[in-house]
Amino acid sequence: MDDFYRDFILDHYRNPRNFGHLPAPDAVAEDRNPLCGDEMRVEIELDDAGNVSDIRFSGKGCAISQASASMLIENAKGKSLENLIALGEANVLENVGIDISPTRMKCAMLGLGVLKSAALAGLAKAHPE
Amino acid sequence: MNRGASATIATEREVRADFPILRERTSRGKPLTYLDSAATSQKPQVVIDALDRYYREYNANIHRGVYEIAARATDAFEEARAKVARFLNAAEPAEIIWTRNTTEAINLVAWSWGGANLHAGDVILISELEHHSNLVPWQLLAERTGAQLRFIPVDERGELMLGNLDRLLEGCALVAITHVSNTLGTILPIAEIVARAHAAGAIVLVDGAQAAPHLAVDVRALDLDFYALSAHKMLGPTGIGILYGKRALLEAMPPFLSGGDMIRSVSYERSTFNELPWKFEAGTSNIADAIAFGTAIDYLEAYGMGNVRSHERALLAYAYERLAPLEERGLAIYGPHDVDRSSGVISMNFADIHAHDLASILDTEGVCIRAGHHCTMPLMGRLDVAATARASFYIYNDRNDVDALVAGLEKAATIFRIS
Repeated sequence: MDDFYRDFILDHYRNPRNFGHLPAPDAVAEDRNPLCGDEMRVEIELDDAGNVSDIRFSGKGCAISQASASMLIENAKGKSLENLIALGEANVLENVGIDISPTRMKCAMLGLGVLKSAALAGLAKAHPE
Repeated sequence: MNRGASATIATEREVRADFPILRERTSRGKPLTYLDSAATSQKPQVVIDALDRYYREYNANIHRGVYEIAARATDAFEEARAKVARFLNAAEPAEIIWTRNTTEAINLVAWSWGGANLHAGDVILISELEHHSNLVPWQLLAERTGAQLRFIPVDERGELMLGNLDRLLEGCALVAITHVSNTLGTILPIAEIVARAHAAGAIVLVDGAQAAPHLAVDVRALDLDFYALSAHKMLGPTGIGILYGKRALLEAMPPFLSGGDMIRSVSYERSTFNELPWKFEAGTSNIADAIAFGTAIDYLEAYGMGNVRSHERALLAYAYERLAPLEERGLAIYGPHDVDRSSGVISMNFADIHAHDLASILDTEGVCIRAGHHCTMPLMGRLDVAATARASFYIYNDRNDVDALVAGLEKAATIFRIS
């Protein structure tokens, strides 16, 4: 587990990319890890074609949750909502590049869950039925 | 260690030898540095043996069998109750009710005493330090009865503010308060709070989960109305705890759970209930764990609760001394930071390292600590932190454990490049 805290992880933890809020998000989702109190919010802005034009996340948490979210969201711009919804744990682990102990998997996957929830909310808005 | 009547103070090495888990190593080959006794304590061999012996030699249901091993089980079960009564200096064993844990004991009072005695507009006074187990049952009771929940505030350092206590006690029927903070280790001035609550006409329940393992508790000297504790935090097994209550209060309370063992006679239409303490013990009790808890109390009494306290004070003083250089590098210690007012708990954060990351790095060195909100989410808000890392001591810890903690923190500083 100590191998996890590599320089690029600490860099994403201390300087998270796309951190903050959007002036007029099209879709928003929030979640928290009730065990540790970590919080995360993801805001998505869509272009006319319904693709992700901008994205921000905010919240507080451990290096694992914050860095995992930062790296995941860095790659999310320009993708379709369907692509985001199809993301899985493997995508997070691929970014991180190293095994995460079972007790910390929830931390690593917090951002993934919130991003997918926001994408689902965006889809519901783009295709109201 | 010597467990005779004239027990001498056991050496740290002898005590550690009584706890087989401390000989285990982690998957990385590190010795176990167990610093999470506020979550649950480790168990000495004698407690493990007591469980084993019951199941191997005299497993039988209690209070009804006429055969020899049933009588032996009943005797051992009731003897354990008597040990708890003596340990807390209760007036009689009938004032000790077996529960699953502290939480169930508090719920017993909330449902049984609360349901019968609380009315709309009555005040329940608790503190902002409480564990969720001494908060949520009162929130639900207030919802059921229309009673009002009021709080003794804590300041931004987690110190209880008692200045307005007498005003807070106006209209108060029940005060429910912890004896020792599970998050900060603060020992609260319970005698003073009880005296002022009684003067205002309120009864007092004290959550002893974090106090009974570490301090000598005398429920009569403190004039407590209810006291709750869990065996697993004081060398005993999980799944067993007690509620202490004054006889007059318990007598007047309706049953909590109902069924077998708690009745005197039953017809299809109605039942009359057993006498204390069995009125509150429906169904087959946790016999094995109650008996083994009695053995844990024997062990603690042989060690001496005064010795528990002095051992933990010495360890805490040593830990403060070893941690002081790290405080200059961004280590923040929450709570009293005072061996006289602290049980064996150090709650901390280190620079910008999240408590969970700290715990993960310590784990790689075999150091077990707790990270999170410690079931005190509102208190975390008061302290303005999301989580803390908590190291907690017990009789089997020694200076080597503190050294391992400090070494682990140094490693975290290196990984996170904290200068």
